[in-house]
Amino acid sequence: MLNNSNNNAQSTLLQVKAITKKFGDFYANDTLNLSIETGRVHALLGENGAGKSTLVKMMYGALQPTSGSIHWQGQQVSIASPAHARELGIGMVFQHFSLFEALTVVENISLALPPQLRQGDLSQRIADLSLDYGLPLNPAALVADLSVGERQRIEIVRCLLQQPKLLIMDEPTAVLTPQEAQALFSTLRRLVEEGCAVLYISHRLEEVKQICQDATILRHGKLVAEVDPQVETAATLAQLMVGASVHQVSRDSNDQVGDVLLDISNLSQKSSTPFGVDLVDVNLQVKSGEILAIAGIAGNGQGELFGVVSGEECNPNQSSISLLGQVSNALNINQRRCLGAAFVPEERMGHGAVEHLSLTDNILLSRHACNDTQSPLNRGWLGIDKRQLAKLNQAIGIDYDVRKSKEDATAGSLSGGNLQKFVVGRELNRKPKVLVINQPTWGVDAGAAALIRQAVIDLSRQGSAILIISQDLDEIFELADAIAVMSRGQLSPTYAAGDLTREQIGLMMAGSHEQSSQELGA
Amino acid sequence: MQLILEKRAQASGLMNLCSPMLAILLTVVMGGLIFAAMGKPPLTALYIYFIDPLTSWWSIEEVLVKAGPLVLIGVGLAVCFKANVWNIGAEGQFTAGALMGAIIPVLWGEWQSPFALVAMLFLGALGGALFAFIPAWLKTRFGVNEILTSLMLVYIAQLLLDWMVRGPWNDPHGYNFPKSASFEGWHLLPMWGDGRMHLGLVVSLVAALVLFWVMRHTLKGFEINVVGSAPRAGAFAGFSQTKMVWFCFALSGGLAGLAGLIEVAGPVGQLQPHISPNYGFTAIIVAFLGRLNPLGVIFAGLLLAISYIGGEGVQIELGISDKTTQVFQGMLLFFILMCDTLILYRLKWISTNPGQQTTGNAS
Repeated sequence: MLNNSNNNAQSTLLQVKAITKKFGDFYANDTLNLSIETGRVHALLGENGAGKSTLVKMMYGALQPTSGSIHWQGQQVSIASPAHARELGIGMVFQHFSLFEALTVVENISLALPPQLRQGDLSQRIADLSLDYGLPLNPAALVADLSVGERQRIEIVRCLLQQPKLLIMDEPTAVLTPQEAQALFSTLRRLVEEGCAVLYISHRLEEVKQICQDATILRHGKLVAEVDPQVETAATLAQLMVGASVHQVSRDSNDQVGDVLLDISNLSQKSSTPFGVDLVDVNLQVKSGEILAIAGIAGNGQGELFGVVSGEECNPNQSSISLLGQVSNALNINQRRCLGAAFVPEERMGHGAVEHLSLTDNILLSRHACNDTQSPLNRGWLGIDKRQLAKLNQAIGIDYDVRKSKEDATAGSLSGGNLQKFVVGRELNRKPKVLVINQPTWGVDAGAAALIRQAVIDLSRQGSAILIISQDLDEIFELADAIAVMSRGQLSPTYAAGDLTREQIGLMMAGSHEQSSQELGA
Repeated sequence: MQLILEKRAQASGLMNLCSPMLAILLTVVMGGLIFAAMGKPPLTALYIYFIDPLTSWWSIEEVLVKAGPLVLIGVGLAVCFKANVWNIGAEGQFTAGALMGAIIPVLWGEWQSPFALVAMLFLGALGGALFAFIPAWLKTRFGVNEILTSLMLVYIAQLLLDWMVRGPWNDPHGYNFPKSASFEGWHLLPMWGDGRMHLGLVVSLVAALVLFWVMRHTLKGFEINVVGSAPRAGAFAGFSQTKMVWFCFALSGGLAGLAGLIEVAGPVGQLQPHISPNYGFTAIIVAFLGRLNPLGVIFAGLLLAISYIGGEGVQIELGISDKTTQVFQGMLLFFILMCDTLILYRLKWISTNPGQQTTGNAS
């Protein structure tokens, strides 16, 4: 299948020499060296903002280095564009897919292929190749009907059709169930046996230990270590990434569980958009002092559930949601906040915060309606109380260790982890009785994640009810007292956290708890 | 070598201020070239166009009289556009306001009191707002694009005015000219100066200052900003997109209607088929040139007012068609939208030679 399938001897495929990329005065990459061998899976590790994406984008021709050179099979090259990179034999699977939901698999793949590869029976070739590599795909299926795992297969098959010598994968398992991830690993092992090289970017250290032979670790744009992941432990790898040992989240057993503060019963809701997910008969209860986590792969109705629980989408015709004992379906998001609830959406930028606004303005975003500050923030015609906002901003900055270039920086200038600390801190500062938080530490560095998780636990131990929606099983096991799993808009029964294994959760993520449509109709 | 647009890491504050200056400069240069191509001395023509209107008191007064409606409509549109609501039909709302406000002088000509004038101002704003509710309703109820509906309604309003002054509201003593009876007494705005300056200028200035305060300091201004730039964050803050559409059309339509009433109760003094030299459309340029900032709109309104007077100037002195005004205004909008690209992008030369060992086209 691949050009170099007979070439199992190791040789250096791609070498990066003293590469530097500057954005203004900021060094995203500072004289990095990296060498990728054929037939091996090479891990690229680092926290968010460590410079992994920048480095990979230069290899893929999407960015041009400020200085330094890239050598491909021993020859110096300058990779002018992604098209050029693909011509050389470099393929990349991005974290965020670029697929048209309304088109079929074969149409999507055809769009991205160079003309000479589009000829012949593309559907047949896709079907053959995907089966061959254990990535079964129906070429005629509509992308909108496919799961995230299947969508990722499209991206991988699209790369494989071009017979790459180097495959770059950016956090490929972030969207997969444990079982799907294992299937992906077998595909990668197969590719490597055929002589292909894989550059594997991930946060998940256990995975890296499982499939990678080499590892390069970046921190603040600099290379800190090149190690053999087989001899390191996850803890030592984490320490290298963060530069210090990561604060362990501590959680004492909770025995002061109290009244039900968030109660959802028989909640069904049709999606308001054509590609959204319908919620089907969702039931859950969160008690005071308890953390309930909803596991599941993104795009299975978690966003819709958040919208309905927060009141961004309110449905006055039902009485399925009660907050602190009060039926709340007809209340809008601000009325629910005033009852004592707080919400943190999945997307920091554009949903939880506005990029071009200052931090104080972003505090106002969720704090303008309920007078839970010393005096009202909104003084009508007299204008917003900006002095009080500045005080709040200062307090949140100190309490939640928000690092920023200046006191009232714009939200867009903060790194992902610091912005998440800010967005969470803005809500925790109110001491909410009910907190609903979607993907609390998604794409956040280990230090920030530990701080956020500890703050959430502390809040629950003060008697708040907390609902977490997450696709990170490590996080769920670290935080949750109880776990339920969501798939295709259906929520499993709630289990005590100690009663579930990863494998059981994985099966439920894949839908083992779902009721068939006949059962639902009955 | 190849010239490409590269996205900036963040919007350039400097370019945000320089873009209108650059657009004005490009308009002047292109204008000079057009004058030269028409065989007129470009420098003289530009002098007559841009400087001459500011050299005598009466023409400065004329500039202010023209700037009044431009600023009043422009601040409303600036708020509207900031909220990402595209009311292109201010010209129609202007006309609707003039018609509605004219109910009092035309049908109750005998009611002479300061309250009559207040009622006219109120009805003018109400007429504009009600007319603007048509596209607002179509958008919120059926999702119809407001750019199209608000624009098409302009022609409906203009034809309605035309019919009214030729038919039901035709001046019985007007020798069948297409006009209403002239407004008199308390149905006209207080005037001063050489007789053309009127109370409407104060209304425009106050509206701009009030909206500046609202946008800069109040929760409403914050809401407009957030809903316009980040709709999902707006929903998170509990701001309703639908209510925002109604608010924007009410505000911008109301101010355009008020401007229309002020125009017919001020400089025009009666209803006639043509009451506006495209103020409602020119105000779109004013809003953008003023950076959608109410204070900026004041300056932009003055500049566009000069373009009207300058257009008349070159027509009189050099015999160039008064369509020049529209050419200049069109160029100005074109160049400002073009220059605004540079706020988010920068121009960059890149080498198209992908390297020595490689083959293929990497463009």
